[in-house]
Amino acid sequence: MYVYDQVDQRIIDERVAQFRDQTQRFLAGDIAEEHFLPLRLQNGLYVQRLAPMLRIAVPYGMMNSAQLRKLAEISRNFDKGYAHISTRQNVQLNWPELADVPDILAELASVQMHAVQTSGNCIRNTTTDQFAGVAVDELEDPRPWCEIIRQWSTFHPEFAFLPRKFKIAVCGTESDRAAIHAHDIGLELVPHPDSGEIGFKVLAGGGLGRTPVIGSVVCEWLPKKHLITYLEAILRVYNQLGRRDNKYKARIKILVKAMGVEAFREHVEEQWKALKDGPSTLTDAEIDRCKGFFTEPAYKQIDGLAAAATVKAQGEQNPEFGNWVTRNTVAHRVPGYRIVNISLKATGYAPGDISDVQMEAVADFADQYAFGELRSTHQQNLVLADVEQEHLFDLWQKLDALGLATANIGYLTDVICCPGGDYCALANAKSIPVAEAIQDRFDNLDYVYDLGPLDLNISGCMNACGHHHIGHIGVLGVDKKGAEFYQVSLGGSQDKDASIGKILGPSFQQEDMADVIEKLLTTFVGLRQSEESFLDAYRRVGLEPFKEAVYAKAD
Amino acid sequence: MPKLIKDGRVVDDQWQGEILQPEQIPESPAAPVAVQLEPGQGPATIPCALSNLGLVTIFFPAFTDGRCFSYARELRESGYTGEIRATGHFIRDQLFYLQRCGFNAFQFAEEVDLDACLASLSDFSESYQAAVDQPEPLFLRR
Repeated sequence: MYVYDQVDQRIIDERVAQFRDQTQRFLAGDIAEEHFLPLRLQNGLYVQRLAPMLRIAVPYGMMNSAQLRKLAEISRNFDKGYAHISTRQNVQLNWPELADVPDILAELASVQMHAVQTSGNCIRNTTTDQFAGVAVDELEDPRPWCEIIRQWSTFHPEFAFLPRKFKIAVCGTESDRAAIHAHDIGLELVPHPDSGEIGFKVLAGGGLGRTPVIGSVVCEWLPKKHLITYLEAILRVYNQLGRRDNKYKARIKILVKAMGVEAFREHVEEQWKALKDGPSTLTDAEIDRCKGFFTEPAYKQIDGLAAAATVKAQGEQNPEFGNWVTRNTVAHRVPGYRIVNISLKATGYAPGDISDVQMEAVADFADQYAFGELRSTHQQNLVLADVEQEHLFDLWQKLDALGLATANIGYLTDVICCPGGDYCALANAKSIPVAEAIQDRFDNLDYVYDLGPLDLNISGCMNACGHHHIGHIGVLGVDKKGAEFYQVSLGGSQDKDASIGKILGPSFQQEDMADVIEKLLTTFVGLRQSEESFLDAYRRVGLEPFKEAVYAKAD
Repeated sequence: MPKLIKDGRVVDDQWQGEILQPEQIPESPAAPVAVQLEPGQGPATIPCALSNLGLVTIFFPAFTDGRCFSYARELRESGYTGEIRATGHFIRDQLFYLQRCGFNAFQFAEEVDLDACLASLSDFSESYQAAVDQPEPLFLRR
């Protein structure tokens, strides 16, 4: 992964000093509340329902074991001993004190971490595929490009006061695990149709929130060296023409929609003329430098078939282990290795939460089994990307002892869920208790597996941090005359065939949610053809059968 | 005489003349003129050549209006070398970014300690991306 040099370190240390001074001036009454607001937001600090919330950046989801140990230590010393993995692959602390935040940031800087631009109307943390570099279907590793974007966007002087927040995602695979269609800018590494040279397909104007939109293609194929100048041109158009009169209409998706993608593209091309081939054009030396941080670890030569046979035999002896391998591990492009998902979705714990003890243990596992690195995922789980099959059984036993081996990755109970009204000041409704009620109701894992892959996404408000629009089943907390209700949508998808879910009908009370989900799933099981997934079945039959089942009057 | 920060120092406001709206400026002014830009009224609305300008002020109706940052940068990229002065409701903690975008003068609407503000001009000693103050991105200089 990327390692800071002296200059990177100096920049991040100076940021800590800057925010320490700003915090002191604020606490002394020398900075007005409204002026301090964007300063603290761009250092990851929200003021929440119960305490401030600090969102720590995990650039494109990559962490090393030393960083995770530091997060464990910080959560113990400055918080209540746990942290939360967010749907943007970041780490959130729910209980820090404002006056401690500069010290926390200094601790983070000591392990090359920060909370820069994790909030506010600026360019946020760039996200990507959690299996980058090890996925079997990868055309090119997106992480060097994420790092190039991270450096360009960090403290960008022109784009720190945009009309609204701005999120970029990059993917380099056939199946999109980075939800690039749901981002302000989505970048996909694609071959040129004639030459085969790899460049970027550039999408703009995707997004979730109040007005969910699938991104439009602004450029079918962009040569790699022009990436930064082209991004700069898009941002310039957005910064100048994006709406600033209404925060609900301020995202780039509204601008692209209002202008039409053709007109938007013309504006971008016009801006780009002045920037193209300028000093920010990427050099081969810089591209190679960044790629040099994401080279292969020292993989062993392993007989893949023999290793798989051993794991299979272990699984037959211990079906629980075998099941975990099937559900929570993924094929690796190097023979003899597997990608291991660590589920943070055990019933009884808030989805995505992890304790200090668990963090330290996972850091140890990363050192023992996975070259000292790990990843956070936008499904709010963790990943050890390079585990020898020979070590899977040991690792599973250790994870199981810590409650980290729930075999539910990609299934119903792997609920994606924002912190909701229990923590978040923006939320209309609680989301964690709904997730818990559903996990409780569907505690029969065989039934859950039989349902097949199912994304259940819960957001406590329109801001859609739980990405409910792109869940196969989406749940949105709404406020009706001061009471918490939940609106259900069906048919969302975050994959290449991305789609926005359709609202089922009138919203429900919290205590009815598990029943509603059960009715939806019973309906699905009744009408599914052979091994059809929920999403495929929905696409075949539409909303009606589900609507009838859920809203049918009792006889 | 009102004070402002210019080129890194606290100085008196030297501009004596009127500051015009873009539409008040003739196409070929006889002497250098001063123009006020504001969000929605960017450099493209200036009717004369940039070499006719002695001063450009860019007014911040609110400190969060980031359009002004792009305006300054576009003026510099178009070859304007005179004074670009931020006016209105920007804040001290934006000085570093404003300077990088091409502003070289700062006249606060609010009463502030200008000498104390000078420190914020040098919050960082290095930056990743190219801007007016450093036309080469860091990757060309590593």
